[in-house]
Amino acid sequence: MELPVKTFRITRADLVRYAGASGDFNQIHWSDRVATKVGLPGVIAHGMFTMALVGRAVTEWAGAPDAVVEYGVRFTRPVVVPDDDEGTEIEVRAAVKGVTEDGLTRLELTATCQGEKVLAQARATVRMA
Amino acid sequence: MPLDPSFVGRSYPPTAPYQVGREKIREFATAIGATDPAHHDPEAARALGHPDVVAPPTFPVVITMAASRQIVEDPELGVDYSRVVHGDQRFAYTRPVVAGDELICVNTVEEITARGGHDFLTTRTDVSTPAGEPVVTVWSKIVVRGEG
Repeated sequence: MELPVKTFRITRADLVRYAGASGDFNQIHWSDRVATKVGLPGVIAHGMFTMALVGRAVTEWAGAPDAVVEYGVRFTRPVVVPDDDEGTEIEVRAAVKGVTEDGLTRLELTATCQGEKVLAQARATVRMA
Repeated sequence: MPLDPSFVGRSYPPTAPYQVGREKIREFATAIGATDPAHHDPEAARALGHPDVVAPPTFPVVITMAASRQIVEDPELGVDYSRVVHGDQRFAYTRPVVAGDELICVNTVEEITARGGHDFLTTRTDVSTPAGEPVVTVWSKIVVRGEG
């Protein structure tokens, strides 16, 4: 079963706010100069910011903020965030893959940016409300 | 220089307790756009059976990322942080983190592999209360990109 698609807009301002809240001040998340110097196309979102947005989608689907029992992802492609008001957008999808012996629901997750997958092996186990 | 595989299995001394603040949870939730009242309002959290506001699922990284510097900055292991890329991240929760928690991290090197000139380092951080109650286990795999 597929759950309704969720989309999240990401701007530079979001990255600055996330850097402050998380304590991850790696310059590739706010400086084009540093990002391009290390071979990136430009400033990229923190992988953990993308994971947090997908986590938000998971808790919203599950219907409870404390529903997540297990959650893991692999970061496969950077989310490039242009320096404009539009920023970029990620689309998050989930498919219900089954129910564990303990009655928990297993979700298989997909996150795409500009049509490309940015996560692999993205899975969550949740207590559905 | 490849990472020394003999570090696998090594655990580091427990970190000093991290005091989880209500305002920190609110700040983190706001930064990721998580508007559920249980992240912001203690009453809403209590209605779900929690003593105070509930952290979003990836919040523990705030604590574990700082704690795992014990490993990535261990001069004996010699990770070149300027070459590090985040590979995988996983959380397994015994219960959600809530405001008022005091959390201690124990870091362990779980796996070191090398492939295609890159090193892969998997760390496990067991997060618990000072009384020893397990809260969440966090795995992080970093890729140390090879030179050239």
